[in-house]
Amino acid sequence: MPSDLLLVLPLLIPLYGALLCLAFWQREQWMAVMAGLAQMVWLLSTVFLMQRVLAQEVIATQVGNWPAPYGITLAADVFSALMLVAAAVIGLSVYLFSLQGLDVTRRRFGYYPLLLLLQMGVSGVCLTGDLFNLYVWFEVLLICCFALLSLGGSKGQLEGAIKYVTINFLASGLLLSGVGITYSLFGSLNLAELALLVRQPEHPNLPLLSMASVFFLVGFGVKAAIFPLFFWLPASYHTPPIAISSFIAGLITKVGMYTLIRLFTLLFISDLGFVLPLLALLAGFTMLIGVIGAAAQTDFKKILSFHIISQIGYMLMGLAIYTPLAIAGSIFFIIHNIFVKTNLFLISGVVAQRYRTFSLKKLGGVYLLQPVLSVLFLLSALSLAGTPPLSGFWGKLMLARAGLEAGNYTLVGVSLCVSLITLFSMTKIWNEVFWKPRPLAVKKDTIMAPVNPIRLWQLYLPIVLLLAFILFIGLYARPLVRLSERAADGLLHIDTYTNTVLSNNKVK
Amino acid sequence: METLLPLMVGTLFAVGLYFILHRHLFKVILGLILFGLATNLFLFVIGGLSRGGSAIINEEHTIATEPYADPVPQALLLTAIVIGFGIQAFSIVLIRRVYMTFKSNNLDELQKENEAQ
Repeated sequence: MPSDLLLVLPLLIPLYGALLCLAFWQREQWMAVMAGLAQMVWLLSTVFLMQRVLAQEVIATQVGNWPAPYGITLAADVFSALMLVAAAVIGLSVYLFSLQGLDVTRRRFGYYPLLLLLQMGVSGVCLTGDLFNLYVWFEVLLICCFALLSLGGSKGQLEGAIKYVTINFLASGLLLSGVGITYSLFGSLNLAELALLVRQPEHPNLPLLSMASVFFLVGFGVKAAIFPLFFWLPASYHTPPIAISSFIAGLITKVGMYTLIRLFTLLFISDLGFVLPLLALLAGFTMLIGVIGAAAQTDFKKILSFHIISQIGYMLMGLAIYTPLAIAGSIFFIIHNIFVKTNLFLISGVVAQRYRTFSLKKLGGVYLLQPVLSVLFLLSALSLAGTPPLSGFWGKLMLARAGLEAGNYTLVGVSLCVSLITLFSMTKIWNEVFWKPRPLAVKKDTIMAPVNPIRLWQLYLPIVLLLAFILFIGLYARPLVRLSERAADGLLHIDTYTNTVLSNNKVK
Repeated sequence: METLLPLMVGTLFAVGLYFILHRHLFKVILGLILFGLATNLFLFVIGGLSRGGSAIINEEHTIATEPYADPVPQALLLTAIVIGFGIQAFSIVLIRRVYMTFKSNNLDELQKENEAQ
């Protein structure tokens, strides 16, 4: 398969999948079949893309056949391919979960096409090689997010959606301003060409670049939910049903992190002496505030939502330390977190399916009724908290080692403390939901009767699938560590990227 | 004109933010629209204003002759306006739905009603 096609397929497959779904709008089951097919083909195409990227390091194509700085560039390196494979895996699992885990009304009124279009947005953000297109794909992704968050229109969802829409609209405005400033300073929007321009020390506009970088830091900081800009996240992520919130919570903030890492390694390198301490400060506060917020909550989903914030802090920590090992650690952590976070949300969904509540006070005794589910939760939770030998441990080890090598002792200390508090709040969920006896007051007639085995199996399948991935990453970490190191190397040495993008080999 | 435009951009940004911070839902819509206008105008102005230049290459030349206008900011702006419309339309429909569900135009009351549940 030509690599041009491989780069375009991850965008086209979700789009055509969504269109097919719309064609079968009246028949919900056909819609589900089409969406399932699209998910599987998308996963296949991203795996092929990964394979090609591993062989050639960076692949690029010019859509519309205009030469590089003028046309629309699509480019993929190891980092973007990794993100896409992870997104495709959790896309497939969330889709499988939604077959049983989502109510028929939402499924009938556009859940499948919206999810697919959201995935197209994610592909676009990861593959684009152009600053303005990055903004456009982010908007595609966000508008699907808005629609998914408010799909069904329950009261909580509507309230959460208003906050999400307003704040993300402001962030998009800031991003657009940043794009405008960068264009007026350097006269180009192509990431590869910009990367070469900002590395010319004699360029007259170089000192002004930090102005643009602050716009991007704030804009993507809102979308990635870093420290002072995260308040929308716990307010809106816990409102929609699990089949929606697990995908959004698992992936979208990480896509924001992806763009931050991409832009701050590719473009905004002229002012690192100022930016890195700032990032370190933000990373520390993000970790700390997120986990403290989580410790104060008494709702299963809200605890998990706050944990997203604290884990974003770890990813930012890797960027703030800015050594090859640290960035590799960040990338490893992002991939690990996409799987684990989605899995924990799905598990909370299975619990809530049976007990009709997310409140820790009303839950209890799940271990006696669903021991398998409890073990699945325990493994995922320990992995999130970073107990050795599970996957979170390797990411944190890489980050901590990089921090110690760089002499950033405070940040490492904070991250280790936060790990402890994470473990504490995971233990809290374990104690309250799975271990303690069922509260007497709610003992009667709230539990659903055990559902039939086939339905249950369909709910468990995606969880087991994701847990297999998590255990694989944890117990056999070497391949993913190698991949993250390669990805970090590709981010810090941009010659291959710029050469491939700017070489202008025409599409035949 | 060149001094007036930045002032207008700044004013629009400020007014947009001020309206978004209101608790009244209709004013939030107004704020979103004004903020979108402000970013669009900002993009337009920062792309550089050149008077009397055209963005088209003359027939006898192969490259643009001075003075010429840069067409890229306008193209970006066009895309940005369309995206902005999409999001504004979505938020207007969302807010209408909120009004129909909660029978209230006040953001504080939504919060209270949700916490009461």
